[in-house]
Amino acid sequence: MSELPMNRPTNWQSPEIALRTKRRYRKEKIFHALGFSAVVIAGFFLVSLLGKIISDGSEGFIQTSIDVDIPFSSSILGDPRELGAAEFEKQIRQVNMLLLIQGAMNDYFPEVTKRKEKRQILRMFSTGAREQLRNIILSNPAVVGSTQRVRLLASDDIDQVIKGNIDISLPENNRKVKDVEIAWLTKFETEDRVSRNFHTRFFTSGDSREPELAGIWGATVGSALTLLVTLTIAFPVGVLTAIYLEEFAPKNRFTDILEININNLAAVPSIVFGLLGLAVFLGVMNLPRSAPLVGGLTLALMTLPTIIIASRAAIKAVPPSIRDAARGLGASPMQVVFHHVLPLAMPGILTGTIIGMAQALGETAPLLMIGMVAFIVDIPGSVTDAATALPVQIFLWADSPERAFTEKTSAAIMVLLAFLITMNGVAIWLRQKFERQW
Amino acid sequence: MLDNKPPTTKLNRIHMTSSTIFVTIAVLALLAFAMVRQTALSRVDGDTTKLHSLPRHYGYFGASWALLPALLVFVVWIIFGKHIIENLMISGLSPDVTLEFKDQTALLINRIRLAVENGVSRETNPDIIAAANHFNALYTKGLWASFILAVSVGLLGFNHASRRAQPDYRARNKFETLLSVFLVASSAIAIITTLGIVASLLFESLRFFSEVPLDDFLFGLKWSPQTALRADQVGSSGSFGAVPLFAGTLLISVLAMLVAGPIGLFAAIYLTQYASGRMRKVAKPLLEVLAGVPTVVYGFFAALTIAPLFRDTGEMLGLNIASESALAAGFVMGIMIIPFVSSLSDDALTAVPKSLKDGSLALGATKSETIIKVLLPAALPGIVGAFLLAVSRAIGETMIVMMAAGMQPNLTANPFEAVTTVTVQIVALLTGDQEFDSSKTLSAFALGLTLFVITMGLNILAQRIVRKYREAYE
Repeated sequence: MSELPMNRPTNWQSPEIALRTKRRYRKEKIFHALGFSAVVIAGFFLVSLLGKIISDGSEGFIQTSIDVDIPFSSSILGDPRELGAAEFEKQIRQVNMLLLIQGAMNDYFPEVTKRKEKRQILRMFSTGAREQLRNIILSNPAVVGSTQRVRLLASDDIDQVIKGNIDISLPENNRKVKDVEIAWLTKFETEDRVSRNFHTRFFTSGDSREPELAGIWGATVGSALTLLVTLTIAFPVGVLTAIYLEEFAPKNRFTDILEININNLAAVPSIVFGLLGLAVFLGVMNLPRSAPLVGGLTLALMTLPTIIIASRAAIKAVPPSIRDAARGLGASPMQVVFHHVLPLAMPGILTGTIIGMAQALGETAPLLMIGMVAFIVDIPGSVTDAATALPVQIFLWADSPERAFTEKTSAAIMVLLAFLITMNGVAIWLRQKFERQW
Repeated sequence: MLDNKPPTTKLNRIHMTSSTIFVTIAVLALLAFAMVRQTALSRVDGDTTKLHSLPRHYGYFGASWALLPALLVFVVWIIFGKHIIENLMISGLSPDVTLEFKDQTALLINRIRLAVENGVSRETNPDIIAAANHFNALYTKGLWASFILAVSVGLLGFNHASRRAQPDYRARNKFETLLSVFLVASSAIAIITTLGIVASLLFESLRFFSEVPLDDFLFGLKWSPQTALRADQVGSSGSFGAVPLFAGTLLISVLAMLVAGPIGLFAAIYLTQYASGRMRKVAKPLLEVLAGVPTVVYGFFAALTIAPLFRDTGEMLGLNIASESALAAGFVMGIMIIPFVSSLSDDALTAVPKSLKDGSLALGATKSETIIKVLLPAALPGIVGAFLLAVSRAIGETMIVMMAAGMQPNLTANPFEAVTTVTVQIVALLTGDQEFDSSKTLSAFALGLTLFVITMGLNILAQRIVRKYREAYE
């Protein structure tokens, strides 16, 4: 206000004051709008991220199949009555099931005679179709000799055409699916043999090089085993540390160092924990590579600070009167803690633990370091088997060049996010249900 | 890459027996609990008032005496057993083999290990098969020995405990002392972890720096860790100048902060100063969801959505944006760290005493003037701390840059080009199948050490600033 004469009273009605007020209010409005737009932009990012994943991923749960009339000819498969059950099963495991599909296609497309084109027709079906046929025959040997309509899995390229992700208006050389194949596919479609079904295999099988055969069950089990190890280590150690720091630790150098240390450990990049796991668990202790055991140990060290900090807060929130009353009735310090303080702090501790576990579930980088990135088809059976984890599986699929893996990746992300949302939901529910205001 | 699981029948059996030992020890401990408790009770004919401690304390006391010594034996076996047996096996090898694999003991051990793990089907050398069988026999013997030792030590402990379980014995105090030892031991794990990080990083880094001078690493401008197989090939030494990696990391972090800084700060200002209670209740958790999304998801989003979007927009504007650009990675990383900036700035803003704000408003300042001239200066240390923590987060982030920023070291300040970062190189160097002690893999530890020191430094600095500021108001 220095431009106004100092010793005269301010004329609040003067035009320049009015102008200035107006200007100040305009600035206020702009500032307010900036703040609001920051929140809106952040929200927009969240929505577009999730929206993109969901719109891509929902396709990943669906897979195209083609109904084919398969003649289960006994000249190819052998006669189960002649061979006997055991011999027949052995034979079936050796027979090339492609011959059956080829037979069916010879009947269906009699006009196709060139070998190259015949092979092309067979390539419209997934390599998993053979396994499908084998399972049908093994579960019901009576089909031999008859012709059955079977819903065979289509190859990923055909699936992408049906889903409209391969643009068939492009010149033929620029796409993976050629004109003849589209003509054949059209014939299947006009006879209503092409169907899109919910793909249960995605939830029940392990990884595969073929997108239509790949599933997340192996990675899910790997993640579960890893988290199991993490939980068994991090929960007791974290809670005991929190108890020590809150209830017993004397005020001395060691305690100070410990507290600073825990806070700093929480900020160490996850990849450094991976290096630690690599050098110590694999290098020094010779534990098995790629195993959930090592992954779990590494993630346990990483989530430890989260659990300690949450548990300390929960223990601190228990009022001293509880401790005093228990002490007054003759409980020992340990009994005070384990019989009274800990049960009361448990909801808070569990909330913190679940949040820590959710962090561990989403973590990828340290697992890359200890070799959980291998291509693993089998479902891991124990914590020492080679395994991969859900986020790592997502990383691996995201790197695959096939278009069909993009939607599988998004679908796997949806599953991972569903797990995370459930865990965080449980944590919030726990907090709201059991949190007490003293 | 493991295409199919090796037939690990032998190992499975060994594994099974390890868990059998564990279960046996656990059962022993449970038995000890029940029996020592019973012994104590029977010594006073069931009159618990005559006991110093509660009956279950005698039980706990007995169980720990049975469990801990046995467990100790078992753990020692797990940690050292394999080493000892391997050494025994090597000393028992026939001289032909030792001669054949002279100077290549590591290779020999590896082959024997493979033969042990995969069964002998793929191995052709009869001596190695013999060694593998010898190893298996030794291992089974060792396992039995440790099993018997563990159980007998457990029984001894149990015997000791039941003799000590007299009515006047202070079982509770003994057990509680043991518990407090556990409490301290648990707390020590956090410190051991830090020491472990520092030691492993430092140890491997020192080995690296004995091959590559420190100033070459810190100030060298060329990063190409591909050491050739033979010493006489071109580029046989590799060059380990980390400046391009530091520059890439810095570039991406700066881009991330350019996105997250303003958005996060303004979001915090809006949510603390303008938003209604209801709006705040909805918007704050939603912002925090951004922090809960796994980084691999951000990486996928960056690589598949944002990077092509930027490239196409760039094409339209006549800019040449690489499909793996620093811009895309930095932008998405910025989205990821918005919640860090906003929630920490939020704390800093709410910690400013209300009297300051009220005073300013009472003098006629508008809300925005109050925020800019009073609140922000007062909360500045906290906000600086928040920014530092966010930067440290951005520097240590791996997956987004891994998937969206590329692998090629590139010393540039142009955000439209592909760059690589410290974290990406660490992963790239260590995920291949290399010998563990080549300077290529060791350089990853040197990078890790640099990363650790920088993030730790930023973190400590941030905490200092925040704490100093808190002291001023509380």
